[in-house]
Amino acid sequence: MTSSCRFLPRARPLALILLYLLPLSGGALSARAADPAEVRIGYLHLVESKQQPISLLDEPNDDDGIAGARLGIEDNNGTGRFTNQHFSIEDLRVKPTDDAAASAKSLIDKGIMLIVVDLPHAMVLAAADAARPAGATLFDAGSIDDSLREENCRANVIHTAPTRSMLADALAQYLSWKRWQRWLLVTGSHPQDALYADALKRAAKRFGDTIVEERVYKDTGGARRTDTGIVQTQRQIPVFTQNAPAYDVLVAADESNVFAGYLPYRTWDARPVAGSAGLVPTSWDPAHDSWGAVQMQNRFIKLAQRRMKAIDMQAWTAVRMIGEGATRTQSAEPAKIVTYIKSPSFEVAAFKGQKLTLRDWNLQLRQPILLSDGRTVVSVSPQEGYLHQTSELDTLGYDRPETKCKLN
Amino acid sequence: MQAQLIGKQGFHQGGRGSFPRRAFPFLALAMTLSTASPGFAYTAYVTNERDNTVSVVDLDKMQTVKTIEVGQRPRGIVISPDGKFLYICAGDDDIVQIVDTKTQEVVGDLPSGPDPELLALNKTGELLYLSNENDALVTIIDVKERKALAQIPVGVEPEGMGVSPDGKIVVNTSETTNMAHFIDTDKRDVVANVLVDARPRYAEWKSDGSEVWVSAEVGGTVSVIDPVKHVVTGKITFSVPGLRSEAIQPVGIRFTKDGKLAFVALGPANRVAVVDAQTHQVEKYLLVGQRVWQLAFTPDQKYLISTNGVSNDISIIDVASLKVIKSVQVGSFPWGVAISPE
Repeated sequence: MTSSCRFLPRARPLALILLYLLPLSGGALSARAADPAEVRIGYLHLVESKQQPISLLDEPNDDDGIAGARLGIEDNNGTGRFTNQHFSIEDLRVKPTDDAAASAKSLIDKGIMLIVVDLPHAMVLAAADAARPAGATLFDAGSIDDSLREENCRANVIHTAPTRSMLADALAQYLSWKRWQRWLLVTGSHPQDALYADALKRAAKRFGDTIVEERVYKDTGGARRTDTGIVQTQRQIPVFTQNAPAYDVLVAADESNVFAGYLPYRTWDARPVAGSAGLVPTSWDPAHDSWGAVQMQNRFIKLAQRRMKAIDMQAWTAVRMIGEGATRTQSAEPAKIVTYIKSPSFEVAAFKGQKLTLRDWNLQLRQPILLSDGRTVVSVSPQEGYLHQTSELDTLGYDRPETKCKLN
Repeated sequence: MQAQLIGKQGFHQGGRGSFPRRAFPFLALAMTLSTASPGFAYTAYVTNERDNTVSVVDLDKMQTVKTIEVGQRPRGIVISPDGKFLYICAGDDDIVQIVDTKTQEVVGDLPSGPDPELLALNKTGELLYLSNENDALVTIIDVKERKALAQIPVGVEPEGMGVSPDGKIVVNTSETTNMAHFIDTDKRDVVANVLVDARPRYAEWKSDGSEVWVSAEVGGTVSVIDPVKHVVTGKITFSVPGLRSEAIQPVGIRFTKDGKLAFVALGPANRVAVVDAQTHQVEKYLLVGQRVWQLAFTPDQKYLISTNGVSNDISIIDVASLKVIKSVQVGSFPWGVAISPE
């Protein structure tokens, strides 16, 4: 079922009814009285029994991501009523054991050629390769994996999620600006933790920071919630972080959410925490309120009855990019929309204080990265003074001369 | 807390932020020599978005003489044609406040609908048009009756409002839909929609009604629209050497009465562009304070005032010489500006 039917009744009923009555006219956008042209977007995402987060405040929601996509659809339809275009979304959930290729094909068989995906990187690749012969395009809203933009890049995958290297560089620029340049790096014991640690090490090197020591925090399993867990944590973390060389900031690489949340206020030395806890680099934060973002936050809360997360923003941006393509080309044809998005004229506004554009060498969306302490946005990178000949946003992540991506 | 932050940033930012300030002592000196002649006593009213105040600036003395407490997050501001009342969007209070310019106090409010941001008055001052950002609506208010007459659905996140010289058309811009919506004020209905670049913020008519200019903050352009054919007939782009293109974010626009020159505020580019309104060529960039948002002329068009959000000041531009002659400290995050008719 298309979820547009699900969200329409909730969204400003009076305004929407009135919108339907609007005359569709105007020289540049002379619309026909015919039925609106339909742009169908797939939303393919993984549902798994997610691990309990360290903080109850970080509990996952059933509509993580797709709620952002739905808001994007609603925003696109706000414009579509003036351009005689209509947007809808098809929600397809897969399990870790499902075949991502077959799932992508099932959407394509329904004629859906624009698919937003929130999947782990291996599933993104499988879906992309299955979609390619049919000419379908994926919008990767969920994976921050650098290899998907580098050695494993695909010409039919556009990325709205930032990469690990972009996130790490955004953090490193700020820590360098603060002159917190001696880092104690603590890495989790899972493969994705190691990847994030690699990105942080690369960032430290690029921006002149030193990793004074690296420690690995082993995931020994066990339940997240115990009635008196706090007693042990209070003793374990100081012990784990003691006897470190002199350092300014503890940087944690814990994508698996095993320990980083326990670090702030519990380290042996009185030091701030950054990375996977404390000061966290992210594409969006529920507290972000600059550059008109309050309107976005309000619209999202109205729609989803909760606050907006990074994955929601990444999905919204993907759907809005498709909307921009449809508006600017005056076309509902997926191929025309994608050609426009990949063209130099493409730009999209996403409440980040500047336009977002696409890196033509690997189809990664350029974007400022917010640094959040969980309550407020502390800063936004790139930091002032990090210059670049093309775009200061290209000081975040792998740049054109370094890329291993060959799009073909 | 805030002063400390700004100080810290200034230290690290260097050039861009501090440059205009360095220019001022010299310019201010030049000023004292050129303001000997009296003849005007205009007052500028500046909304301070973060302070919840309006700064009253005596443009004769070129200094802030009073601060009026208003509602939360004041942004859009207009003055009645007779100069007696200010109408101020207090967005976070969901009202438009009325300030008596004689007593300089809030004397009432208008039923604006939620989150009003920008507003425009018709020539007679009887009708107020304002945008409700959260609800994708334009509200028409009868000022005397203090009553909403109509609400017109427009695109997502409406902002800019421009009333045509004959009062028959209001152009509203929608920031996420990226359109200029032409509203017939008699029919109270949208009659045309024109697509412009990303995040259109402001619409301004030439005084002869021949063109409407719409600024696109994120797109970095100004679209020139033919208001009869409803098509974009030209697009103005800006380029400042040494400045990244993303920093050029056009917002406020003003035309001289003779229709020869246009001024465009370029946001974080910290400049006001001077544009030949006939050829659409940019003639000059005037360095003002940081993050310049809105503009207003004195009624004699001798001076143009710009609000500079980040540097907490306004710049006074001498229109004849196209020079910034003075910066005046106002409240925190100045946003909009209205100037008394006398």
